Amino acid sequence: MRLINRRPGGFGIFASAAVPFVLALLLYVVASSIRLAENPDDKLLPNLSTIGAAIERVAFEPDRRTGDYIFWTDTAASLKRLVTGVFLAAMVGLAVGVPNGLVPWFGAFWSPAVRALSMIPPLAILPILFIVFGVGELAKVMLILLGTAPFLMRDIEQRVRELPREQLIKAQTLDATSWQVALRVVLPQVMPRLIDGVRLSLGSAWLFLIAAEAIASTDGLGYRIFLVRRYLAMDVILPYVAWITFLAFLFDFGLRRLNRRCFAWYGA
Amino acid sequence: MVRCVVVIEIRNVWKRYVDKIVLEKVSLNVEKNEFITIVGASGCGKTTFLRMLLGEVQPCEGSIMIDADRLIPEPSADRGVVFQRYSVFPHLTVLENVLLGLELTDSRWLGRTFGRRRAHNVERASEMLERVSLDRAADNYPSELSGGMQQRLALAQTLVKAPRILLLDEPFGALDPGYRSDMHVLLLDLFRELDLTVFMITHDIAEGFSLGSRLLVFDKLRVDPHNPDLYGATITFDLPVGHHRRLDSIMDNMNVKPNQA
Ligand SMILES: Nc1ncnc2c1ncn2[C@@H]1O[C@H](COP(=O)(O)OP(=O)(O)O)[C@@H](O)[C@H]1O
Ligand SMILES: [Mg+2]
Repeated sequence: MRLINRRPGGFGIFASAAVPFVLALLLYVVASSIRLAENPDDKLLPNLSTIGAAIERVAFEPDRRTGDYIFWTDTAASLKRLVTGVFLAAMVGLAVGVPNGLVPWFGAFWSPAVRALSMIPPLAILPILFIVFGVGELAKVMLILLGTAPFLMRDIEQRVRELPREQLIKAQTLDATSWQVALRVVLPQVMPRLIDGVRLSLGSAWLFLIAAEAIASTDGLGYRIFLVRRYLAMDVILPYVAWITFLAFLFDFGLRRLNRRCFAWYGA
Repeated sequence: MVRCVVVIEIRNVWKRYVDKIVLEKVSLNVEKNEFITIVGASGCGKTTFLRMLLGEVQPCEGSIMIDADRLIPEPSADRGVVFQRYSVFPHLTVLENVLLGLELTDSRWLGRTFGRRRAHNVERASEMLERVSLDRAADNYPSELSGGMQQRLALAQTLVKAPRILLLDEPFGALDPGYRSDMHVLLLDLFRELDLTVFMITHDIAEGFSLGSRLLVFDKLRVDPHNPDLYGATITFDLPVGHHRRLDSIMDNMNVKPNQA
């Protein structure tokens, strides 16, 4: 049988997907032991037991100073910011994107402005956000909002424009008003696309979250990574990065499931 | 509701786009209850003509009057339409697709009805689905239907609103011939029952002759060989064809009862 016709099946799919991860882990363990053999005080590649001890310390023992389980308080603080920012961005994306794509006069005013807005590099205005909104939660949420909303607005606008013109005409021959077209024809068809859009923008949302936390924060996953960097605490940084990656994966997976479950007609 | 006689009067209508003339000097009078079939070469402007009747496209010159009123320049509920594709809403089930038109009229803000009102609408929609033999697929999404079923759904969705004028743009173009004759029977049946005036574009000349009461041929009267876009198409033939006479023989020949179609 030709190579292009052979497919992994069942267990093979999981096994082959796991191979790169296992290899990476092996590579790490080997590299770490080589370095530690040369210099037992090396901090760059701590061995697994050191990492395990660090996880134990931050996740399962209360912090000596504050009494918090900092791993979990960091996670909660970060997730709150991320979810708030992305949720607001999704709402703004809908509220601007749908009329931009559907109502020509609305689009005439706001579509070019949104395009211009999306050209601003969000990190460049981070100082402005700190000046305007202070260094509290608001500035961080605003950075995520400003960083992801323009993409979502444009994406939704584009999706609305892609709806077959026939559907909008058909709805009008069924007596629909503009509002009804938006509510019953456009909005339900755009929702699963919004969720796909959110999945795509989660990557940059994490980027903005970590950047904001690194610069001005007192808790959060990004804050912790940048804090312990001063002590070269790779044993904390590495599990934090893995944890962030895992959370990002969970979000993506969950949103994809949500789309399948709530919008059975979508992508069918 | 008292229905007034539909009279459509199209006077010297032209349609130009930037670089081409699509239609020129189109004039036509249509009486209530005519079943007009339209044939013509691909790209000659049949769909453009239909979109003008729909109010989606405006003529550059000339006028279209319905009941002696100038056509409102946007689609409305008195003119139903079935396109070749994209006529049904993919996010609604079969039942919801038919229900939609009723709910839009009943509930101007939510576009949804509830309780007894909804039950009443569901009943009407179900009756319509039964007419087009889709009652058993009521809970399916359009993507789960065959092409023919989707077009029947589009027809049901339109007709539940009882439009006075029905515009069909190659509605059966994608269907195989056996299926198409079933659709013909269904369409003629609904045509007589619901008191419609029909415009139907088809690329099947036989269909054009057998189905309607009047056949229009769109073609260019003048052709400039160096610049084919210089002149537009117009109605070159306007023939009475007799479905009324033929209908019964068609039905006999096919030996189908409409409800089983
Ligand atoms: N919005 C438009 N802008 C420019 N040309 C158009 C537009 N709509 C239709 N046309 C042109 O008008 C001609 C007739 O199109 P159409 O009415 O769809 O033809 P038919 O339905 O008879 O196949 C085609 O050549 C098409 O390219
Ligand atoms: Mg056409």
